[in-house]
Amino acid sequence: MISSANLYALTGSGLFSLGLYGLIMYAHLLRKILAINVMGSGIFLLLVALAYRSPGQPDVVPHAMVITGIVVAVSATALALGLMLKLATHSSSTQLPDED
Amino acid sequence: MASLINTFINTLNWPVLLILLPLIGAMICFIWPRSAILTGLITLSAVLCCVAGLTWQLLEHGVYRHPVGGWGAPLGIDLYADGLSLIMLLTTALVGSAISVYSTAYLKPQESTRFWPVWLLLLAALNALFLSADLFNLYVTLELMGLAAVTLTALSATRQAYNGAMRYLLATLLGSLCYLLAIALLYHAYATVDISLLAQRVDSSPVSWAAFGLISAGLALKTALFPLHFWLPPAHSSAPAPVSALLSALVVKASFYILLRVWLEIFAPLGAGAVELFGLLGMLAVVWGSIQALRQTRLKLLIAYSTVAQIGYLFMAFPLASNRPQLWAAVLYLALSHALAKSAMFLSAGNLLKYGGHDRISDLDRVVQRLPLTAAAFALAGVSIMGLPPSGGFISKWLLLEAAITQGRWDLALVMIFGGLLAAAYIFKVLGRTFTQAATTHEARAVPASMEWPALLLALGAIVLGFIAIPMFGLIHIGDAFGLGGVQP
Repeated sequence: MISSANLYALTGSGLFSLGLYGLIMYAHLLRKILAINVMGSGIFLLLVALAYRSPGQPDVVPHAMVITGIVVAVSATALALGLMLKLATHSSSTQLPDED
Repeated sequence: MASLINTFINTLNWPVLLILLPLIGAMICFIWPRSAILTGLITLSAVLCCVAGLTWQLLEHGVYRHPVGGWGAPLGIDLYADGLSLIMLLTTALVGSAISVYSTAYLKPQESTRFWPVWLLLLAALNALFLSADLFNLYVTLELMGLAAVTLTALSATRQAYNGAMRYLLATLLGSLCYLLAIALLYHAYATVDISLLAQRVDSSPVSWAAFGLISAGLALKTALFPLHFWLPPAHSSAPAPVSALLSALVVKASFYILLRVWLEIFAPLGAGAVELFGLLGMLAVVWGSIQALRQTRLKLLIAYSTVAQIGYLFMAFPLASNRPQLWAAVLYLALSHALAKSAMFLSAGNLLKYGGHDRISDLDRVVQRLPLTAAAFALAGVSIMGLPPSGGFISKWLLLEAAITQGRWDLALVMIFGGLLAAAYIFKVLGRTFTQAATTHEARAVPASMEWPALLLALGAIVLGFIAIPMFGLIHIGDAFGLGGVQP
């Protein structure tokens, strides 16, 4: 019998792997950036699920970590989107060129 | 009077200042861009003073630990400084100051107003990283450093720069996410992220080895260990020269520092077999990076591939040093020498770029006569990179080579010697061209002294390291991060 915390943790790992696949396989930069966000969400889910050790009393430290992680993820995504727009206006393409 | 100075030095909280000052400086530069250069230079001088104060404090009182806000380790954030962190802070402050002076002359006014706030943020992130005592705080500083470094890469606002920055951003985010996943696993298994508490609780279980695998993969990607180095050459060669120097000298060393710290304090007692892979990848990095460097026709790409090769040496030391912990000091010394020499090389490349308007190696036109200081800086830095005496690179590579031979690791020893020969080949390829007249002569532009001297001083620093090894090794051993148990080498 699988507990709900383990189910969340497994879903989290699944999201991480899915995001990793997306990051490597898709050429479009927006997809890559979204894939990184999916990976991040997977880790956050895993952190929160693993914080539930004993019934009724979740650990608060991972929650604080997730909040910090979300702040970092938002800033990173903003920078990535900004760079993508700059790249798109300079090379009229939303993919990284293959040379070099 | 002397006692007054003594109390002053001991009561000030140097590490807190080391993080706060650049942060405040960055804000001021952002709000008043016109005073950016002045603010930046003042901040850098203050940071140098703080590192000097911290050195004094550590020499007098040993290891430093400070619970921020008085909360203490399991719940709060601790700052921690020992010899290992001190050397990294010292490198950052020295190299950072030289590059800052250089950037005042190199960058255009418009670039300069964008450079200073981000560089000071990067400095704050680096200092905080070297002073962190828990894995999660290291993650946050690692991300701050990564984002600031990516922003600096894009500074010149060309298509190549955006391209390099985007690759770098994707690689660095992937690396951090792997590291964060490892933290989630470790926290679940041992209920702490504090490094010293983890060191007591960790045991040889699948969870801890999975976590170590993820940390290694993530940080090897950020440190550009072969075959995860693909992002480094475009990012480091497309950035402006002072930024390339910062990235090659300091930013890749920071992720290496975390890997070293985590390995030494948490995972090394569990068993040393895992580092053979580091040794193997290190050897491949030395050979591949050096051969690629030799093939390049552009100076900045050559120097960037040389970074890939030199990082290989740092990883080749893992299998050797896990049998003989004294060697870790040599590894750190190699990182320090490389930081000085490589920043000197990138700054010289910047001078040549300003002087000739290009960085094609074959068209370097009688640089020795026209820019003797720059040519000297490049040659002296090359001496340390090749590992010739008397230089910091020689001392550390010699110690590693000696250990490889006494431990019977002929594979490592041969690659070290071969790597040194290849380094000599790619450095003399550049130096040879500086003496000759190019087929097409260019109109040369003047290079100001504030650009030539920082490069030369950094290169001289890499040479001087060859003479001051004994006191420096004394500094490195404060706090005994390498588990020698008080035994000095």
